[in-house]
Amino acid sequence: MTEMNLVQAVNRALHEAMRKDPDVLVLGEDVGVNGGVFRATDGLFKEFGGERVIDTPLSETGIIGTAIGMALYGLKPVAEIQFLDFIYPAFDQIVSELAKFRYRSGGQYPAHVVIRSPYGGGIKGGLYHSQSTEAYFCHTAGLQVVVPSTPADARGLLRTAIDGEDPVLFLEPKRIYRSMTGEVPEDDVRVPFGKARVVREGSDLSLFAYGAMVPQSVEAAEVLEKDGISAEVIDLRSLVPLDEAAVISSVEKTGRAVIVHEAARFCGLGAELAALLAEKAFYSLKAPVARVTGFDTPFPYALENVYLPNAERIVQASRATVRAA
Amino acid sequence: MVDSSSLSISSTPLAGEPFPRDALVGAYQTMVLARGTDERCLSLQRQGRIGFYAPLMGQEAAQVGASHAITAEDWVFPAYRELAVALARGVPLRALFDQLLGNADDQIKGRQMPNHFGFRSANFVVASSPIGTQITQAVGAAMAAQRRKDPIVTIAFFGDGATSSNDFHAGLNFAGVFRAPTIFFCQNNQWAISLPRERQTRSATLAEKAGAYGIPGVVVDGNDLDAVFGAVRAARARAISGEGPTMIEAEVYRFGPHSTSDDPKRYRSDHEVAAAKERDPIARLKARLLDQGLWSEESDRALWDEVRHRVMETFEAAEKVSPMDPRTIFDDVFARLTLRLEEERAAYEGSLRESSGRP
Repeated sequence: MTEMNLVQAVNRALHEAMRKDPDVLVLGEDVGVNGGVFRATDGLFKEFGGERVIDTPLSETGIIGTAIGMALYGLKPVAEIQFLDFIYPAFDQIVSELAKFRYRSGGQYPAHVVIRSPYGGGIKGGLYHSQSTEAYFCHTAGLQVVVPSTPADARGLLRTAIDGEDPVLFLEPKRIYRSMTGEVPEDDVRVPFGKARVVREGSDLSLFAYGAMVPQSVEAAEVLEKDGISAEVIDLRSLVPLDEAAVISSVEKTGRAVIVHEAARFCGLGAELAALLAEKAFYSLKAPVARVTGFDTPFPYALENVYLPNAERIVQASRATVRAA
Repeated sequence: MVDSSSLSISSTPLAGEPFPRDALVGAYQTMVLARGTDERCLSLQRQGRIGFYAPLMGQEAAQVGASHAITAEDWVFPAYRELAVALARGVPLRALFDQLLGNADDQIKGRQMPNHFGFRSANFVVASSPIGTQITQAVGAAMAAQRRKDPIVTIAFFGDGATSSNDFHAGLNFAGVFRAPTIFFCQNNQWAISLPRERQTRSATLAEKAGAYGIPGVVVDGNDLDAVFGAVRAARARAISGEGPTMIEAEVYRFGPHSTSDDPKRYRSDHEVAAAKERDPIARLKARLLDQGLWSEESDRALWDEVRHRVMETFEAAEKVSPMDPRTIFDDVFARLTLRLEEERAAYEGSLRESSGRP
């Protein structure tokens, strides 16, 4: 075990994958000589050279379009989009092309591209360095969307992403890149997609979260415990494929669900989880499903902490849910 | 035409090889097959036997000339009007018709509208409808081939409208920076649905846009098989020798509608179309073959008869193939069915059983 932070774990996974397979390469803006604006690709250029760690011109559609071409040809590109907020020039390539290549070719042309992108608020990044727009991508058939919340998961999920056969949007919660450390196993451990993690067991309600909202939920659970409320915290880890069984079985046990995400509420992932519970755990629910989310506003700069869910808001929603029944 | 810059913008074909004489008749036969297919498919669409069709008529020499200048190992990134490229690369007519119909033999399993072909066996990457997206992909595949040290090139086919797309500019820029072994083959057919070429850009030529990216851009007469072949051949040689990409603008004219959903009478005159048809690439090649004693009026009549018969016979055979199995709707979203898709498939099968009254 080695103690490291989340961005170091990403960096480690990239080193490991590139050492293991010469077809793996990294491309993006400032990923080479500079090692990435968050240093996620630090050291790769030195070890693997400019042919495998490619500093690209400033064009997201160029990055993803060329990454798709590389993948069609058989390489395993890991593209970095510097901030999720800047991904939209590549939206057409991701949604119309990458996600559909295998399907539209009848299986002849799979395109396995991994797209890494820092996302989420909490770093005073304002409108364009803070957003959580994972729902756009979760809505698109053919894309897998995963979000680690610990260094071990960052490493293990990224290795799984690069090993795989299908496109992955790998979202890195930049707010917790360096704010905490964790143990990362020495050996080549993979974390499978579609398996949620029980962060903390509980019996009175289930808190569902991912990314930087996991530590907030854990903090809330600790506060609730003092009130005598036992909250289970589930880290979804992979949004697509979603571990529906874990969501359902947790609510079958607790009878109450509070869903936490940074993204705006309307049509956010929480809506899908609430629908899932209504469809498949209706008779286990003792109280209405609650959502603690970003507001349905653009992401504000000065009022970032008003916008972002925190432990206090999660505690309030949880108390109300327990009071309801 | 512009011939004023040091960036190889030229109205004349690159001093290059002429189209091989012994392949001229074969090229002509492919062009006639494409034209015969176009004519038949337009009427089949009117009869409701296919849902949609995008004809290429007027672009046969550009497509066949370019196809002969590359190898079977090179990768083609087509748009949706490249039927003659597929034919020239040996894709059977039947496979094209299977796609137009989306029947059970369709290699893309009925997933796309007609003309969105994809044939891995012919290194013909599956097309999509968004304009220009294949351009950056062709560059990426070329960079991958370069990394693998495979002596191949990629060629992106696109039209005049695509030169306004994001991916055109990103693709040329990346290819220039990384010296990707790519050929950007623009068929300027003068019309992007209703928008004429002169409203697409103020640039005098489309090819000169390549100059801004440090890439040679060449304008050729797309109705001249030699000019197209010579330019693509030279571009391929440049790419293979590590000198990087080339853009070729083949000047052609789209004789037909953008697609069967389009009525070109709303935006262009019959007179203009008639004038363009004076330069019909098929008539031009035929005259040359006759002139060189490689062809006769008699063999021409026989070829057209054969093509019309073969097109109809092949289409009718494709029509007899069963429709796609509805259960395949869930395949190929991912390499393996996810639990969610398994569940959706099971629910669908359950509803099939329920509606058929079986337990």
